[in-house]
Amino acid sequence: MTRIEMTVDGDQVSDDVEPRMLLVHYLRERLGKTGTVVGCDTSNCGACTVHLDGRSVKSCNVLAVQASGHTVTTIEGLAQDGELHPVQQAFHDCHALQCGYCTPGMIMQSVDLLNDNPHPSEEEVRLGLEGNLCRCTGYHNIVKAVLQASGGASS
Amino acid sequence: MTVTEPAAPTAHLEIGNARRRKEDQRLITGRTRWTDNIVLPGMLHLAMVRSPFAHARIVSIDTDAAKAARNVVDVLTGADLGESQGVCINAWPITPDQKAPTHLPMPSDRVAFAGEIVAVVIARSAAEARDAAELVDVEYEELPAVLGIKEAVKDEVLAHPDLGTNKSALWVFDSAEAGTGGDVEEAIAKAREDGIVLEREYRQQRLIPAFMEPRSVVVDPTGEQMTMWSATQIPHILRFALAATTGVPESKIRVIAPDVGGGFGGKLQATPEEWITWAVARRLRKPVKYTETRSESLMSGHHGRDQWQNLTLAATKDGRVTGLKVELTADMGAYVAIVGGGVPVLGAFMFNAIYKFPAYHFSCQTVLTNTTWTDAYRGAGRPEATFGIERLMDELAAEVGVDPLEIREKNWITHEEFPFTTVSGLEYDSGNYEAATAKAKEHFGYDELRAEQQRRREAGDPVQLGIGISTFTEMCGLAPSRVLGALDYGAGGWEHAEVRMLATGKVEVVTGASAHGQGHETAFSQIVADKLGVPFEDVEILHGDTAISHRGLDTYGSRSLVVGGEALAKATDKVIEKAKPIAAHLLEASVDDLEFAGGRLSVRGTDKGMSLAEVAAAAFAAHNLPDGVEASIDSEATYDPVNFNFPHGTHLCAVEVDTETGGIRMRKYTCVDDIGTVINPLIVEGQVHGGLVQGIAQALWEEAVHDESGTLVSASFVDYLVPTAADTISFDVDHNTTECTTNSLGAKGVGEAGTIASTPAVVNAVVDALRPYGVHDVRMPCTPERIWKAIHESGQEPTTPQAAGHFEPGMEGTADRSTGAEGTDQ
Repeated sequence: MTRIEMTVDGDQVSDDVEPRMLLVHYLRERLGKTGTVVGCDTSNCGACTVHLDGRSVKSCNVLAVQASGHTVTTIEGLAQDGELHPVQQAFHDCHALQCGYCTPGMIMQSVDLLNDNPHPSEEEVRLGLEGNLCRCTGYHNIVKAVLQASGGASS
Repeated sequence: MTVTEPAAPTAHLEIGNARRRKEDQRLITGRTRWTDNIVLPGMLHLAMVRSPFAHARIVSIDTDAAKAARNVVDVLTGADLGESQGVCINAWPITPDQKAPTHLPMPSDRVAFAGEIVAVVIARSAAEARDAAELVDVEYEELPAVLGIKEAVKDEVLAHPDLGTNKSALWVFDSAEAGTGGDVEEAIAKAREDGIVLEREYRQQRLIPAFMEPRSVVVDPTGEQMTMWSATQIPHILRFALAATTGVPESKIRVIAPDVGGGFGGKLQATPEEWITWAVARRLRKPVKYTETRSESLMSGHHGRDQWQNLTLAATKDGRVTGLKVELTADMGAYVAIVGGGVPVLGAFMFNAIYKFPAYHFSCQTVLTNTTWTDAYRGAGRPEATFGIERLMDELAAEVGVDPLEIREKNWITHEEFPFTTVSGLEYDSGNYEAATAKAKEHFGYDELRAEQQRRREAGDPVQLGIGISTFTEMCGLAPSRVLGALDYGAGGWEHAEVRMLATGKVEVVTGASAHGQGHETAFSQIVADKLGVPFEDVEILHGDTAISHRGLDTYGSRSLVVGGEALAKATDKVIEKAKPIAAHLLEASVDDLEFAGGRLSVRGTDKGMSLAEVAAAAFAAHNLPDGVEASIDSEATYDPVNFNFPHGTHLCAVEVDTETGGIRMRKYTCVDDIGTVINPLIVEGQVHGGLVQGIAQALWEEAVHDESGTLVSASFVDYLVPTAADTISFDVDHNTTECTTNSLGAKGVGEAGTIASTPAVVNAVVDALRPYGVHDVRMPCTPERIWKAIHESGQEPTTPQAAGHFEPGMEGTADRSTGAEGTDQ
């Protein structure tokens, strides 16, 4: 067991974990942060995407011990003071989700994409979301939502 | 008594509004309740031990090391569970003599596909269970495996030796015998003399539903009832099947489908994993959970499609179809699943599509193989049929030498001809193929794109433009119970709804439909808001829990709105009827003088009236009710549809094909669908977008591939190519509306439409681009390698040798995953 400490959605947490424990399992099983989900075994789907020190990571691809000493933001920590993040709002407005399983990861990735490139083109949005799979929406409205959140023209 | 000012007329109806979804708030903030999120005191976790062999006898299973591992509670085999494990059901034996092997959730003697469960490890954590599963030592004696339909029909190697054959059932429809049309053999014979006969063999490759939420099941045996939470589309059917096969009284079973992350037919199943979890919980008397990995999901969740289609089309020289003969063989996999052979049979009624064919013959031979079982996947039988006929109509146009739309127009049912009884015996109630096509052509810029195509052809452009068409229809809203009964399906097709008028004026609606991403909470609220004149926000939709929604037949087959929504509409009508005597009593008027509008019951010709909420409050208090009237205006309705409904649409697709590389770029996709009355255009567009991409993915990317030993090699998202945002484009989606005449909402289903329509549109576009090279088919998925080979095998070299030089001799095919597919597709 290894002692880890980190900040998750603004809260200081500390636990003893097996060194092999993935960050996503730490979030879900130890912290009850079930907003972040697991969709695959191969880091293809991106459903588990969170922010580590403000940058998106697939939390199935990060060990909990690697996140020790860092700051993690999950979908549950994105809205501030009851106000949805503009990307969350845009996903709602544009009907960018159906079953919603990919949505937490898709939103976290979209936020990161817009942090990098505040005014992306449709092509840049599509490439920036390539690591996140959605089976419901055909991506049409997800792309539209990210463009709307960026203040850019929707497709 | 309450006398209030008449309510202002409703500003606008909810039906037709692009309401933002009620469901979204919890989904975008991570407050969703997925099955895997559920944690109960003392809960144990399961891990499955699965066969690596496609067909093998189980010689022995040594569980000692696993049992001794840290925090392992028990390790159980099929022999340990015995009859307590129940059996996986087939609800649709398509013929009386259908051969179907018994499907035990965990067999103890023989495995019939790679991925079948042979032991289950129960431990205090999921990680410890998975670790210990590695320690279970299973000795197998490998048996010859039969893979692929064409091998299976030979009956040389048997998937289940005890059955004596791989042939499960032969289902036949003949229009001459049914009295719905002529004799197809006569039509073909005549066309051979003085017309056109097209004979084609098409492959419907095997697909995987690949819902995003892996399947998960939790069973809690504590308390008086046993409760199962499952990531399923069918909580009601599961409850029935658990009772029927495991001996637990139905009244002691509660099944809950909490938030479910997609299904697409893939969660329309009674699975071995659910049954094993149920049996373990009963045995250990502790709550247990099983959540699959993605690899397990792709390997053991049922697959879809997987047919060979042998099609013979007879036509006159000018392109009027005189007969269609369809001979299918369909792979059931190792077991006949819950719908099983019913999937290709659903296609039997759709090969004639929107056309007036005078003669039709359909046969489907289902076969068993040593592969993952197959069952419903979005469209279920209808995409396969639509693909076959829409590909053929393009082939016929090429043969006649006219535009593919012209051939369709020559053969389709015109809008004046509805209602129309088809050659397969269905009555199409409404539609307007001309109008949808005209609108689609205009949006698409059809004539301009045809002109560009001509320019590229004439210039010998290495990048050719192809235009693909699909004028599809489908039958949805499963289903009239009498029809299902006539087809030997094991259940009815009705749906149930209940409307509860709460004392505070709020409305609870219970539906037997079970949403997993469709947006029922929003769309159903819109219907109820309009019907009862209550605010959209005041309606709460309850579903997916058999203790709350006691009657239902769940969600699949584009049925929720057109069957479940109609049940809801009927329940609201009953609420109003029950409110009338109470309102009349309180208003001191006659029931006959009451009228209901905008949420108010008013006395005709006066300003006296009261709101439905006030009647609900009066019923709740029950202080002053007329004699003999019960203290409730809550109502229930069960609705059995009188007919299927028949959405249709015209889909147009333009692709650019790089003839030097075989690469494809989709330029434009336009569709104009007719789904009758639209309840929520936002939700409808979302359904169409997602459906389109699943259909396009079949055309271009996805295929479940087994290697020569029967191992699924596309068992991860590295190898099974679910498309990404970077692979796809934005779509041009519009509607034309002719109302359905067989339900009061005028609605038709939309959940599967995009998937059914888009696959042939894309393949037709690819083939259209390559026609100048003598290509008339490319097998799906149309990979760059297959396209490149199709061009080069045509003998009409598209480019100079120099331009093609970067394809080194001997390199062809080495990097393409389809090689394995060729091996098993025989």
